[in-house]
Amino acid sequence: MAARVEARGGAAPLDLAAIEAASARQERRRRWQRVSTRTLSLLALFGAWWAVAAANATYFKWFNPVLLPAPPAIGKEAWRLLVLGTLQWDVLASLARVAQGFVLAAILGVVAGTLVARVRTIENVVEPVLDVLRPIPPLAFLPLLVLYLGIGEASKIGFIAYSAFFPIFTTTREGIKYVDPLLVRAAESLGATQRDILRYVIIPAAMPSILTGLRLSFALSFFVIVAAEFIAAERGLGFLINDAREFFRVDRMLLGAAAIGLLGYGFNQLFGRLERALVPWKD
Amino acid sequence: MSKVYVTRQGPMIAVHDLSLEMRHEHFVCLLGPSGCGKSTLLSMIAGFVTPTSGRILVDGRPVTRPGRDRGVVFQEYVLFPWRTARQNVELGPLLQRLPSAEQQQIAERYLALVGLAEHAHKYPRELSGGMKQRVAIARALANAPQVLLMDEPFGALDAQTREVMQEELLKIWLAERKTIVFVTHSISESLYLADDIVVMTARPGRIKEIVRVDLPRPRERGSPEFVAIARSVERLVKEEVLKAGLV
Ligand SMILES: Nc1ncnc2c1ncn2[C@@H]1O[C@H](COP(=O)(O)OP(=O)(O)OP(=O)(O)O)[C@@H](O)[C@H]1O
Ligand SMILES: [Mg+2]
Repeated sequence: MAARVEARGGAAPLDLAAIEAASARQERRRRWQRVSTRTLSLLALFGAWWAVAAANATYFKWFNPVLLPAPPAIGKEAWRLLVLGTLQWDVLASLARVAQGFVLAAILGVVAGTLVARVRTIENVVEPVLDVLRPIPPLAFLPLLVLYLGIGEASKIGFIAYSAFFPIFTTTREGIKYVDPLLVRAAESLGATQRDILRYVIIPAAMPSILTGLRLSFALSFFVIVAAEFIAAERGLGFLINDAREFFRVDRMLLGAAAIGLLGYGFNQLFGRLERALVPWKD
Repeated sequence: MSKVYVTRQGPMIAVHDLSLEMRHEHFVCLLGPSGCGKSTLLSMIAGFVTPTSGRILVDGRPVTRPGRDRGVVFQEYVLFPWRTARQNVELGPLLQRLPSAEQQQIAERYLALVGLAEHAHKYPRELSGGMKQRVAIARALANAPQVLLMDEPFGALDAQTREVMQEELLKIWLAERKTIVFVTHSISESLYLADDIVVMTARPGRIKEIVRVDLPRPRERGSPEFVAIARSVERLVKEEVLKAGLV
């Protein structure tokens, strides 16, 4: 059976300004839809929580109301701790640890990933070690780290750095190893030295995967900081949660969790922006 | 000179016992059936792959690695996706550490030459296939190599642009006098451009025949001499294409 393919019409003069405006309108509509749907989704979660908490507390008595306080209780607790000045300090303490551990991991991960991808001998020495370490949950090493580095900041920062190292290392290595060899050849024929190639070909080509690794690692840093602060800390969001557990303050536990959620969300946005700025050539 | 690739199916002779002298500042076209080793030969001259036996000499010096003296235009459009068209062309001058005003000036000149002045700020993903290849050509030219290795550079262009590009390339070659090795499947293109047309055999690639084209330039594509040589070259190529098909 034969199909007839036709292209017809389109004879009318094209109003380019109108087409551009329509496209911009559509773009705006899409963005608005995106933002509003996402906001609604969060509000719905919030509302459901509130409804369940309120219904349980006032009427149904499914479970002890202490187990699930309503959002205002958390807001009130947040306000109280802000006025007391401890919430800020907890946030700052966690952030400072995450920042230091993450920066350490980023430097080590990018350098090690680059070396392993570029130097065969280093690859053969380093890779088996990392392949054995990788599947072990970092948490398994936390008690050891505390033994070695003490219960102070060093063990926590070290723990974050160790945990966050792996995603950065892996994505950097992959990004650098799988650079299109034709791009390297093109640069070589233009007179590039090994250093030029690293700077003008390998690093830009690997940049998208390195940034992905940084983003994953940062998220992981927040993941593990809480565990580190469970063990021995006088400050930090993990401490806040663990301390609340001892006093059975569910509102405070939820507050700690919410704070981590908000920080993680904010930083993820920041990373998205960084990626768009550093990799404008990808769409 | 020979090249054997070791593949999963075992060793494969891509080029065998090939000797060829490309005359200084001459325009050489390579013709031959698909898979006969034209790109392989070009890669060895460029210094990307080493011959299994024999060697390549440029001005008497053996080729050991790629270098600025041998510019390459690849069969696949190879552009740095994170650099705009202009930045791609600027890379050669940049690597020579020329002042940035000069880099920019060179890039603009060569982009204009390939008809892409208007598209200088675009990233490769925003360019059509033929436009990408023209940027790659501008990039190679802007680096002022002594030898220019071009692997089917105009394959992706429409017939009209192709002829314009041929004329431009000829003009550049006449003005700057480089040695050009140019792979093509188009007999008329090779006849329009080349001093020597090297016809290769089916794999393993060898030289079948070298056809000297002594017609004065610019050549008239329809002239009787042109057509006569085209016929004889066509016959040579066809024999090899048929052989390649029968393997
Ligand atoms: N890296 C490689 N590894 C193994 N075999 C290869 C490699 N590169 C090319 N070959 C083989 O060598 C032969 C010659 O390849 P080449 O690319 O040089 O051909 P060509 O003449 O340029 O063909 P075309 O006109 O289609 O571009 C082919 O049979 C190909 O399969
Ligand atoms: Mg080829």
